[in-house]
Amino acid sequence: MPSGQPTQTPLLTLRSAAKNFGGVRALRGVDFELQAGEVHALLGENGAGKSTLIKLITGAHQPDAGQIILKGRTLDGLTPSLAQQLGVACIYQQPALFPDLTVAENIGLRLEPVKAWRRIDWRSRYTRAATLLQRVGAFLPADAEVRSLSMPEQQLVEIACAVGSGASIIVMDEPTASLTGREQERLFKVVREMRAVGVGVIYISHRLEEIFALADRVTVLRDGESIGTHDVSDIDEAGLIKLMVGREVSQLYPPAESVPGETVLSLRDVGCAESGVKGVSFEVRAGEIFGLAGLVGAGRTELARVLFGLTPVDHGEILLNGKRITPQSPQEAVAAGIAYVPEDRRRHGVVLEMRIAHNITMAVHRRLFPGSWLRFGAESALALDYIRDLAVKCAGPLARGGSLSGGNQQKVSLARWLATKPRLLILDEPTQGVDVGAKSEIHKIIRQLAKEGLAVIMISSDLPEVLGMSDRIGVMRGGSLTAILPGHSDSHRVMSAALGQSENKGAA
Amino acid sequence: MSKYFREISVTIALGLVLLGLAWFAPAFFQGQPLLSLVTREAPTLVVMCGMALVIICREIDISVGSLFSVCSVCAGLLAEQGWPLALVVPAAVLIGASLGAFNGVLVAGLRLPSIVVTLATMVTLRQGLNLARQGLFVTLPEGVQWFGLSQAAGQWTLVGAALVLLVIFGLAMRYLAAGRWVYAVGTDAEAARLAGIRPQWVTFFVFVLMGALTGLASSMNLVQSPQVQPLTGAGLELKVIAAVVVGGVAISGGRGNVWGAFAGMLLLACIAPALTHLHIEAYWEKAIQGAIILLAVVADGLSSRRQKN
Repeated sequence: MPSGQPTQTPLLTLRSAAKNFGGVRALRGVDFELQAGEVHALLGENGAGKSTLIKLITGAHQPDAGQIILKGRTLDGLTPSLAQQLGVACIYQQPALFPDLTVAENIGLRLEPVKAWRRIDWRSRYTRAATLLQRVGAFLPADAEVRSLSMPEQQLVEIACAVGSGASIIVMDEPTASLTGREQERLFKVVREMRAVGVGVIYISHRLEEIFALADRVTVLRDGESIGTHDVSDIDEAGLIKLMVGREVSQLYPPAESVPGETVLSLRDVGCAESGVKGVSFEVRAGEIFGLAGLVGAGRTELARVLFGLTPVDHGEILLNGKRITPQSPQEAVAAGIAYVPEDRRRHGVVLEMRIAHNITMAVHRRLFPGSWLRFGAESALALDYIRDLAVKCAGPLARGGSLSGGNQQKVSLARWLATKPRLLILDEPTQGVDVGAKSEIHKIIRQLAKEGLAVIMISSDLPEVLGMSDRIGVMRGGSLTAILPGHSDSHRVMSAALGQSENKGAA
Repeated sequence: MSKYFREISVTIALGLVLLGLAWFAPAFFQGQPLLSLVTREAPTLVVMCGMALVIICREIDISVGSLFSVCSVCAGLLAEQGWPLALVVPAAVLIGASLGAFNGVLVAGLRLPSIVVTLATMVTLRQGLNLARQGLFVTLPEGVQWFGLSQAAGQWTLVGAALVLLVIFGLAMRYLAAGRWVYAVGTDAEAARLAGIRPQWVTFFVFVLMGALTGLASSMNLVQSPQVQPLTGAGLELKVIAAVVVGGVAISGGRGNVWGAFAGMLLLACIAPALTHLHIEAYWEKAIQGAIILLAVVADGLSSRRQKN
């Protein structure tokens, strides 16, 4: 119990709540309790189940097992509107406001009764907006268009809505991700004031220092389970990190067989203002798998996009095979020998409406079809080679991309880029949303590629995967590389670097 | 269901209409009137090839009607000045291509929505032309009509040229890497970009091609009559867009081919003469064409929904 709080009926209790999505067990059994007048932090790695837990609380999803007890009422079918009625409000990282309406109109839309023919009382709409804004300490004109507000100001509008709705449970999902120090202080003040009037706040953040500054209690989630709830005064940062990662790397990963050869890629102080990448320096050698770890938004995908010419480099040097390159477009990057298998294969990878063979040859038209006439024979032969090499399970090279399972789509996406015969392969979340069997197949393929002399950069939010697959691990945070660690490092060190703790080794 | 279900069903519908005409109105198939009908549609076919590409590329061009008028009048004035046809035709193509390039720069370069850009150029060109010509017709000199050949020879030349272009585009879209790029960009421009295709250039060239084909079509129209009237292209855009959509090119891009569009165009073009021959009031033409378009769009909607499930 937080100090000074009398024991009372909690605002919210979850008992062994579980939720599956298809075959994925997002939550395995979570116990959680929120008291009135406390700030309760929720902590866990990417994919630990925080978002799912929030969706259960806001009624966006229903649990498959377990109980949700809101203010003493055991609820079976919690819906978003019921949750709102019971006083649950959620403030997301990206405020969900209408940019072309004013602050007062946005607040009015949330708080006024929904009746199509109701006459709008503009005066009371504005007075209420002004009062609420004042209460949350936002000095904004109520008639300002939301489009003209900064991100933190928009968050304050969201909070004003939550306060105005009389919410007694407010969920804040990484509210400080885009705030500066002063804005953060102002937000903390608002949170403390809400706590003082008896609101329960569920606070999600990756920044440990915030949790110690603000929260009363902290619950750690790992792999969809609640590991434990502690008073913040009883635990330190090291203890929290240990709770978050605390597991062994399983022996499921294929062993490293290759001996790294000459340097293929070397980055010297690489930066790109547009995408927020700053001062990144590292080297990757032929036959090496260089893992890139970090939290979501740490700048890993952004770095890959810089290397691939999507947001061209504007600072520092990129050397490929000792030659300086400044790729300005994907074509130039491909010509230089870089391949990038993007993160979201459904959106940017495999074109589901196109045939597998057409998908595979998409990046090698100029080489495969000199004189620009398509050669269907050569196309099929190439596709069949990769279908065989990567063991793509499909009806044939002319089947549609959309007919494949996630793992096989990923293999087709990989095949497209291997067909460009790259020297450097960048994989962005190669096994995201892929089932376990296909995952280990893809791991074997990546190992095999490294063994054949490819330099591989593997971006992954799956910590065991990074630890098990990488020869070396670069950790990013806020657009910079904060550490380079040997492969099979313990997860504690990677997590510390990703969270920005003091143990940094410094980029080599 | 076959991948070419839409193309096949349109072709079957066309076959049924032709069969019905052969049964009830054999007069429809008399040589000279039929040749005249087909010749009148030849320029439309050329514009339609361009429109098919534009829509496969997930864009649209509603300025082709105005563009057609501008090219016709310019070509007519050049012919009036005594330019030989061998120069007038390339000039019309060039004018069309540069106007198409203007659309292309705005759409691909500045990434503006093509429907708004081409709406603006459509209105601007039409009104500009009205202002400049005040409704005046251009009277063409002797020797321009039917290239100075006999009418039949001229008609066969036009129909032949249009069909050759159709075949070229049909083959190019299937057998050229550039054709594949148009499909790729229309399906998923971001994936295409990551694969090293340049979506903006592809879109730009498609608009240039659209303009050039419209210019060519305008000169194919020019030689069919002794005069050019300034509103000659009015309504052409709707005609070709309808043909393309009925022929199974998805308005959301990435799907369809010029063969289907050709069948769609013939089907829509058959309606008017069929009504005449069947002694039905001509007012029904637009209603029937509208119903066919609606049917095609509904078929697309249903099949795309089935794919998603």
